[in-house]
Amino acid sequence: MSDPRLADLDVIILDYGAGNLRSVVRAVERVGAKPEVASVPAALDEADVVILPGVGAAADTMHNLRARQLVEPIHEYIAADRPFLGVCMGLQALMTVSLEGGEHPCLDVLEGQVVRLPEGRKIPHMGWNRVEQRRSTPLFDGIPDGAHFYFVHSYYCDMADPNDVVAIADYGADVTAVVERGRLAATQFHPEKSGAYGLRIYRNFLLEHSGNGGSR
Amino acid sequence: MLTKRIIGCFDVDNGRVVKGISFVELRDAGDPVELATLYDHEGIDELVFLDITASHEDRNTVVDMVRRTADRVFIPFTVGGGLRSDDDMRLMLESGADKITINTAAVERPELISEGAHRFGSQCIVVAIDARTEADGSMQVYTHGGRRPTGIDAVEWAKEVVERGAGEIMLTSMNTDGHQDGYDLPLTRAVSEAVGVPVIASGGAGNAQHMIDAITEGKADAVLAASIFHFGTHPIMDVKRQMQAAGIPMRMEHADYDDVL
Repeated sequence: MSDPRLADLDVIILDYGAGNLRSVVRAVERVGAKPEVASVPAALDEADVVILPGVGAAADTMHNLRARQLVEPIHEYIAADRPFLGVCMGLQALMTVSLEGGEHPCLDVLEGQVVRLPEGRKIPHMGWNRVEQRRSTPLFDGIPDGAHFYFVHSYYCDMADPNDVVAIADYGADVTAVVERGRLAATQFHPEKSGAYGLRIYRNFLLEHSGNGGSR
Repeated sequence: MLTKRIIGCFDVDNGRVVKGISFVELRDAGDPVELATLYDHEGIDELVFLDITASHEDRNTVVDMVRRTADRVFIPFTVGGGLRSDDDMRLMLESGADKITINTAAVERPELISEGAHRFGSQCIVVAIDARTEADGSMQVYTHGGRRPTGIDAVEWAKEVVERGAGEIMLTSMNTDGHQDGYDLPLTRAVSEAVGVPVIASGGAGNAQHMIDAITEGKADAVLAASIFHFGTHPIMDVKRQMQAAGIPMRMEHADYDDVL
């Protein structure tokens, strides 16, 4: 069931030309919110929650964010500790630098590098992997430790500060699965493609930040 | 640990599922979206829709199906059948498909793989390979729904499509397809060991043991099945339990949207 408390929340899903936003939009709608897809910096001003989705390569993502002049507004938004959820490339883009296809500076909100998954297994890391919760957070309300989520990626976030990591998945390395710092959270997996528990991540995040409407 | 995936596959003709699906609990067993919703509910890990409509000039029916699926199904799904350009791919991805699959079009113009991978990312480009093990033991690629031999070696082609940017290979054996007598294990293993991307075994699934064999002996990363689930005689979670009992990591927890939300 969708939650009526989410109906009045201003949820902005950032569109920076990364393609398929439809499943993220539908997932957020399914849990009871009415998201708006936006690609202009001004959209962040009024937002209660901002979601940065994404697939593809880090270089393209950063190029697209710069072209739409979203880099500074995202920085300011996160610096003000307003609720922000990154998904997949939306997590990797928050890191200091990505080594995917060269060396590409990213948003540098979270310290660390985006590095290639270790050799010896099939790449991309594709499918449902067990997610181990490192500490309890409202983001995991109602989600059992060890529940599976859907991953598709070839690079992963090597976090400088282990305190940022709230869940990992094993794929030849401890792959950063979920990070959280203040009101910023991000997942390497795709919650919108991870069945009921995936939707629960969206619900938990939105519910956690529905009380005070962010810090606008 | 990464689990092995069971992928349900529907052949769709003019918006209707073919292959005589008979689910008593469905109002409309021919509606791909209703079936996809049911399979998701029953614990399938991923879905594939293959559009076998003869004419691909009018894509509205497929686009409508993809959109309605994306509205109701929150697991990954792939769409293929008659996609011949990166614009065809874009239409499917923008309508809500997570991946697209190409087969004959990739053999006829291999650049299509790289164009798609460059524009949308390798993760959403699945190259389907139909292959037959010939009398002399060679493994040959076929196109046009398995009717036309190409003279191309299946393992070499698999390597090439990965080099060109395919993120996954869906491998169907023309020898075993439709017989429900097990997957083609030597072919699956040869291809899976030759490439660094995940390989989906397809063609021949008749029971859980076949899927176990495809993974343990065939080294497949996922198993695709069409008909065995279509009649309700092999419930998806039963198959998963048998695979797990054989030591294969599977996603066993499976929650209803309404219970969790």
